[in-house]
Amino acid sequence: MDKISVDVAIVGGGIMGCSAALALRKAGLTVALFDKGLCGAQASGVNAGGVRQQGRHVTEMPMTRRAAKIWPRLHEILGEDIEFRQVGHMRLARSEADVEMLEKHAAMAREHDLHLQLLSGKVVQEMFPWVGRKIAGASLAVEDGHANPRLVAPAFARAARAHGADIREFTPVESAQWTGQHFEIEAPDLQVKARHLVNAAGAWAGKFLSLFGESAPLTLRTPNLFVTEPVSYFMTKSIAVCGGAVYFRQVERGNVVLGGGPGWGDLTIERARNRADTTLGQFQRAAELVPELEGLQIIRSWSGLEGDLPDKLPIVGMSRTTPNLIHAFGFCGHGFQLGPAMGEIICELVCEGRSQTPIDAFCISRFDTQAVEQKRTAGATH
Amino acid sequence: MKETIVIVGAGPAGVRAAETLVEAGLALIVLDESARAGGQIYRQPPHGAERPAEKLYGSEAGKARAIHTALEQIRPRVDYRPGTLVWNCFQGKLNTLHDNAQGILPFDRLIIATGAFDRVIPFPGWTLPGVFTLGGAQIALKSQGIAIGKRTVLVGAGPLLPLVASQYLEAGAEIAAVLDVTPFKAKIAALQRMMAMPAMVRRGLSYLSKIRRAGVPMMYGVRSLAVAGDRRVEGLAWTDHRGRRHQVACDAVGASFGLKPEMQLADLAGCDFRFDELTRQWLPVVGAGGRSSVPGVYFAGDCSAIGGADVAELTGIRAALSVLEDRGTPKPQQLRQLETELARHARFRAGIEAAYPFPNHLIDGIDDSLMVCRCEGVSAGDLRANFVKSGAPEVNRLKSFTRVGMGRCQGRVCGAVAAEILAAKSGLPLPEVGRLRGQHPIKPIPLVAGKQS
Amino acid sequence: MFPDEPQFHRIVPRSGVRFAITVDGRQVEVQAGDLLISAILLHQSALRRFEFGDGYRAGFCLMAACQDCWIKLGDGRRVRACDTVARPGMSVTTGVVAVNGSANA
Repeated sequence: MDKISVDVAIVGGGIMGCSAALALRKAGLTVALFDKGLCGAQASGVNAGGVRQQGRHVTEMPMTRRAAKIWPRLHEILGEDIEFRQVGHMRLARSEADVEMLEKHAAMAREHDLHLQLLSGKVVQEMFPWVGRKIAGASLAVEDGHANPRLVAPAFARAARAHGADIREFTPVESAQWTGQHFEIEAPDLQVKARHLVNAAGAWAGKFLSLFGESAPLTLRTPNLFVTEPVSYFMTKSIAVCGGAVYFRQVERGNVVLGGGPGWGDLTIERARNRADTTLGQFQRAAELVPELEGLQIIRSWSGLEGDLPDKLPIVGMSRTTPNLIHAFGFCGHGFQLGPAMGEIICELVCEGRSQTPIDAFCISRFDTQAVEQKRTAGATH
Repeated sequence: MKETIVIVGAGPAGVRAAETLVEAGLALIVLDESARAGGQIYRQPPHGAERPAEKLYGSEAGKARAIHTALEQIRPRVDYRPGTLVWNCFQGKLNTLHDNAQGILPFDRLIIATGAFDRVIPFPGWTLPGVFTLGGAQIALKSQGIAIGKRTVLVGAGPLLPLVASQYLEAGAEIAAVLDVTPFKAKIAALQRMMAMPAMVRRGLSYLSKIRRAGVPMMYGVRSLAVAGDRRVEGLAWTDHRGRRHQVACDAVGASFGLKPEMQLADLAGCDFRFDELTRQWLPVVGAGGRSSVPGVYFAGDCSAIGGADVAELTGIRAALSVLEDRGTPKPQQLRQLETELARHARFRAGIEAAYPFPNHLIDGIDDSLMVCRCEGVSAGDLRANFVKSGAPEVNRLKSFTRVGMGRCQGRVCGAVAAEILAAKSGLPLPEVGRLRGQHPIKPIPLVAGKQS
Repeated sequence: MFPDEPQFHRIVPRSGVRFAITVDGRQVEVQAGDLLISAILLHQSALRRFEFGDGYRAGFCLMAACQDCWIKLGDGRRVRACDTVARPGMSVTTGVVAVNGSANA
C-alpha cells in the first residue's frame, strides 16, 4: 500500500485535470493526478480538435478569451508541437435568419473584444471559392483554428510531470471523503491525503458528486467523427454552420476531419463507437457546404465519451457541500479550447477560493431543484 | 422461422457454406466484395481476361471449378450480391456499399468468410514501386496473365512461396531467386506432421522440383533483406544462413511472410479475440462448430485461423451445419465426419506452422529509418522514440500519438509489426501491448451525398 | 520524366478487344479484362506519388486490402486501381494525390 500526501489531488487526466496539474505545480503546490486509464484518452483526445472562440455562449466568453491568449504559445509552455494552427474558423449562414444570428453573435463577441468578420455570401465566394454557392454569409474568427486533440492532454500531463506533479495512470479512484481537515482518497494499493480535491472526471464525474452528496443532470455525449483520405490542402479555414449540424477542418497533411451528430456509447463498459447512420447523414450536409468533399474517401471514424449537461454549459466552481472540493466537468463537447485557461482557473480556485475569470454561471447550484423550479416559474410569468 | 442469414465472402468457405444452407432449403444472402466468386485462391479473372482453369489453378483446377460451379448452381436460390463491400457491423446490421450506393442489411445470422491477406514485415525498400506481396504477385499472374516484373525475386515464409515461384516459371516468367526466410531444417523436422496429408507434401515437392529444374537459386534461412534502387527496384540483397551477403539484379520483388486473417468484420461484430502464441497474432476466438463468441455469428475459412483452401471448404460447411443446429435441425453425423477430416488437416497445419516458423529475425532487424506504416509514412524510429517520450504501453495509444495504422489501410498492413516494435522497445510481452481496435469503415467509403438506399 | 519504364509485363498473351485509355493525358492501349493497375503499370512504373515524402507507389497487394493503389479518374471518382476494370474512354491521373509540402509529414 502506497501512501502519499499532497496539497491537491485531481481525479481525471483529461485536458482540464492535466492543465490544472501544471498550473498548480507552477504555483508551488504539490499535486497528484489520477486517471482510471490513460491521460487524454476520453473526451480530450477524441474531439474534433477545434480551437474556437466563436459560437460560444456569452457566459463562456471571458473563459474562452483567456484561453485564446494561451494557445498561440502553448507549444512553448508544453515544449512540443501540438499542431495548433491559427487558420481561422468560419461559421457559415445558409439563410438570412442565420446571417442575422451571426450579426447578433458578433455584436456580443465584440463586447468581449473578440472581433468577428462578417462576410456576405458574395465575399465568401470570392475569398473562398471552395465554399458552396448556397451560402448567405459567414462569420470569420481569424484567431481561431485547430490543434491535434490526441496530443494536447498527454503533453500537459508530461509537462506537469516534468514540473514535479505525480501523474498516475491506470489508477481508478474508488473512494474519497472529507475528514474535516483533508480528503482521504483511495485507489487500488494507494491512500492519498489531500487538502484539495479537483473533480475533473468528465463523463465519470457523477461518481464524485454522489460521494459528496451532490448531484447534477450529467449525461453522456458521444461525438461522431470521421476523416477523409489525404488530398491537396484547399480548405484554408475550419468550418461550422449555423445550426451546428456538421463541422469540419482540413489538416496540413491533407485529411479532412468531419463531425456532428451523435455516436454511440456505453459508460458502463466504457465503449464508444461512431454511428454509421449519423456519418452517412453528414455526407449530404458536408457536400452541400463544400462541394469538393464529394467523392473523397472516408478512411476512419471514431467516437468517445464526454460529459453533457442540459444547458450545454459546464460545471466549474466550488462544491456546495464540501469545502476545498472543486468541480470542472461537463464541457458538453466544447471544452478543448477552454482547457489551457481552465487549468489556471482551477489553480486560482485552489489558491484563492475564487477565479479572476467570472465563472458564476457554471456553478453546480444552477441545477438545484429549487433553482430549476424558480426558473420555470420565472419563465412562465414572462 | 424466417431468418435473414448473411454470408460475407464468396471464396471456398463462403460458397460451401451457402451451398450447404441452400441444400437445407434456407434462403440466404451472399455478399462478396469481388465482382466474381472464388475468393483470392480461386479468383476468376475479369471478363475478357479468362483462361482455362488448368492454366490458372494448376493441380487445383478441379477444386476451383467446383467452387465456381457450386455458386452458379445455387445462384437462382440465393441472393448473391457481388461487388458489395461490407464496411461495418453493429447491433445486428451490416453497412454495405455497392456501386457507390450505401445499404443497410439487418441479419439474424452471419457467417464471416472474409479470408486472409498476406502477412507483411517491412524491410529496406519495401515501399518502392516494384515490391509487391507474394499474393499480389500471384494475382497479377492469375487474374491478368501478367508478371510483376521482367526479372523477379520471390521471398516468403510459407507454402505460397514455392507455389508462386512454380506458377511464374510455368508461365514463362524469369525468376532471379526464390528466398525462404525460414530455415531448411525446420521443414525436415516438420515433415512427419505434414505427412498427415501426403498429397499436399507431394504437391509442395513438385513445386520445388520445378524451381530446381529451372535452375533458379532457392535458398533457405535467408536474413537481412534489402531492396536496391532509389525510385524503383533494381536488385535485392540478402544474407544467407552462413552469413554471406548476396545481391541479384531484378526489377520486381514479391515478398510476404505467411498469411493473416482478415478480422475487421469479426472485430466490429464484437467477437472476442485471443493471442495465438504459435503464429504470434491475434485471432478471433472460435468455439465449437466455428461459432464466434457472439451468438448468431460464425466463422468459415481463413478469416479466423489460417488453414488453406481445403480447410476453408470444410469450415464453410461446418459453419452452415452450426447454423442449422442452432435453428434446431442438427446434422450430427455429417458434422462428426467433418471434424474428423478437419483434425487431419489440423495435424498437417501444425506441420506447416513448424516448417515455416515466424521470422523473428526480420522484426529484430528493423532499423530506425525503416518506414513501418506505408500509408502515413511512420518509421520504426518514430515508434521507438514515441515510447521513450510518452511511455505509451499500448498499441492504440501508439497509433494515437504517431499515426501508425491511421491511414487508408487502417493498420491492416502495419498494425502487427507496430505492436512487435512496441513490445520489443518496452520489454512487454507482445500480447500485453494489445492490438489495434477495429473502426469502421473496414475499407474506404466515398463521401457521396444522397445515395442511401 | 518519371515514372518511366513499365513495371508489369504481359507474359500470357490473349486475344480480345483492344482499346485506349488516357493516362496523364497520354493514350495507352489496353485489353478488355485488364485492371487499371495493369493498364497503367504495363506502361510505367508507378501509380501515384507518396503523399508524405519522396517517392512513388505502384500498389502492393492487388487484392483491395492494402489501399496503396488509390488513383483518381477523369470523372473525379477515386478508385483502387487493383479492383477496377479498365473501360474504353477512361482517363486516369496519376501522381496528383500529392499534398502541398511534404515537409509537414
